[in-house]
Amino acid sequence: MDNALYYLSIREASQLLRRREISSVELTRAVLERVRQVEPAIQAYNAVTEEVALEQARRADQRLASEDAGPLTGIPMQIKDNMCTKGIATTCSSRMLESFVPVYDATVTRRLSDAGAVLVGKGNMDEFAMGSSTENSALRKTHNPWDTTRVPGGSSGGPAAAVAAGECLFALGSDTGGSIRQPAALCGIVGLKPTYGLVSRFGLVAFASSLDQIGPMTRTVEDCALVLNAIAGHDPLDSTSIPHQVPDYTSALRADLRGVRLGVPREYFGEGIDPQVEATIQQAIARMEELGATIVRDVSLPHTRHALAVYYIIAPSECSANLARYDGVKYGYSHAEAGSMWEAMEKTRQHGFGPEVKRRIMLGTYALSAGYYDAYYLKAQKVRTIITREFQDAFQRVDTLVTPTSPTVAFRLGEKTEDPVQMYMSDICTIPVNIAGLPGIAVPCGFLDGLPVGMQIIGKHLGEETLLRVAYAYQQSTDWHQQHPPLV
Amino acid sequence: MPDRTPQLTIEEVRHIAILCRVGATDEELERLREQLTHILEQFQVLQEIDTEGVPPTGHSVALHSVMRDDEPGPSYPAEEVLANAPRQEDDYFRVRAVLE
Repeated sequence: MDNALYYLSIREASQLLRRREISSVELTRAVLERVRQVEPAIQAYNAVTEEVALEQARRADQRLASEDAGPLTGIPMQIKDNMCTKGIATTCSSRMLESFVPVYDATVTRRLSDAGAVLVGKGNMDEFAMGSSTENSALRKTHNPWDTTRVPGGSSGGPAAAVAAGECLFALGSDTGGSIRQPAALCGIVGLKPTYGLVSRFGLVAFASSLDQIGPMTRTVEDCALVLNAIAGHDPLDSTSIPHQVPDYTSALRADLRGVRLGVPREYFGEGIDPQVEATIQQAIARMEELGATIVRDVSLPHTRHALAVYYIIAPSECSANLARYDGVKYGYSHAEAGSMWEAMEKTRQHGFGPEVKRRIMLGTYALSAGYYDAYYLKAQKVRTIITREFQDAFQRVDTLVTPTSPTVAFRLGEKTEDPVQMYMSDICTIPVNIAGLPGIAVPCGFLDGLPVGMQIIGKHLGEETLLRVAYAYQQSTDWHQQHPPLV
Repeated sequence: MPDRTPQLTIEEVRHIAILCRVGATDEELERLREQLTHILEQFQVLQEIDTEGVPPTGHSVALHSVMRDDEPGPSYPAEEVLANAPRQEDDYFRVRAVLE
């Protein structure tokens, strides 16, 4: 059912809505029906907010009738369950926050609601966004719509699967080391991690504050630009948000790549990357050359292979500090059978957190502890500088870089859960981008045995326009994004 | 960074668990000891990099302290804020005794 309402792009749906050929209530009902139909097999949602959705859809229809509507008015969306939604549980897929109901909206939630978007529900994720397969969710296992025996990637696995399966028209994810781009690649959709600081994080449950960033997950690059238009921009409530004049990102979209210099960094190819994935990315690069891009192949980022270690020192260190707030006193899970304050706190955290979260809190606590701070945390921060400088040097010569997003296609559920280090390797192509704070986008570029492959395009600091232009021109010349998983 | 990955002892792992207030059984501590040791081994690659004179990066954006005017505004109602509290009394979060 490729012409189904739930598989419309935002652009297509928006045009139909504004011409009054469909109503938002009709579109929202079609999506809710799709959710009922496929959710037993996919499990992308922690909660479906049907009443809220239909109420927002009715209001969107009023705005459409009075011609007070933008491109997102009346469009059904999913929000990852680590972004606050006032009055609607925000669980981070953790026992710790299973019953937590925020008293305010995240800035992104409020901006999308002001734009008239319709909240269908909250997306499943790895607990506190720590993981690469969504298997660390304490609430449910999300399945990849292209093969339900496989993972959707993570940590934004719920949003990626929901977008791919037609359970919403777009979603918001968050990305600390690849958590938007890797699941987008594994589910065959578009996922953008914007420049660090471009999108406000007020109301995003903190994991690693120097790395976290919110971004759009969509089926087309154009839709990605439309959602970015709505969420980007300075927010006085987030002191790390950049005071930046936000352009209309759709105006950068063009069908050719003349005058664009694309770098192919050699460290992202070869060892550690599935040869078939690599071949697929090379075909995409050839296509972009046909579209007019100049391909620069002698680009090197020598410290790429050190990024994983840098990340797994910095992210757990920051997480150990951020997650200290879960003490069983102010909100969240609280262990009832405990005597002293310390015992209550230890038991609350023992039973409220899952294994991966505990592992990272322990790792970060160790890396920051007396006697190890210089050796681990400070050393990692210095190597972070080196990695950032290498990107800056590369961008003296090229406009964007092209790499694989994930070293493999979607792996099987359970395949990597016993070995944390194997799981961490899933993000070797995406982690350096967070370390340097750059924008990166995953774009579908083919299939291997029916499973999607995504390339990653990396841009300069605040280079979203060029990034989106490159992704758009490529996507316009392919039909990967128009293919849908073989569900029911 | 130490020359060789320290073989974490069970006492060290127990000490870390106490520092971050994560309760764990002896079995869990042993499993964590193995996994953390394996992860720390991966960090050894950073040792080969000369970082002499390289400044650390804490943030990828050079933001300085962001200040704003200190203007009073409405707070969230105590009732709403306390609605998520596991234990409360009047307008307060109720905590367990700090001193025995």
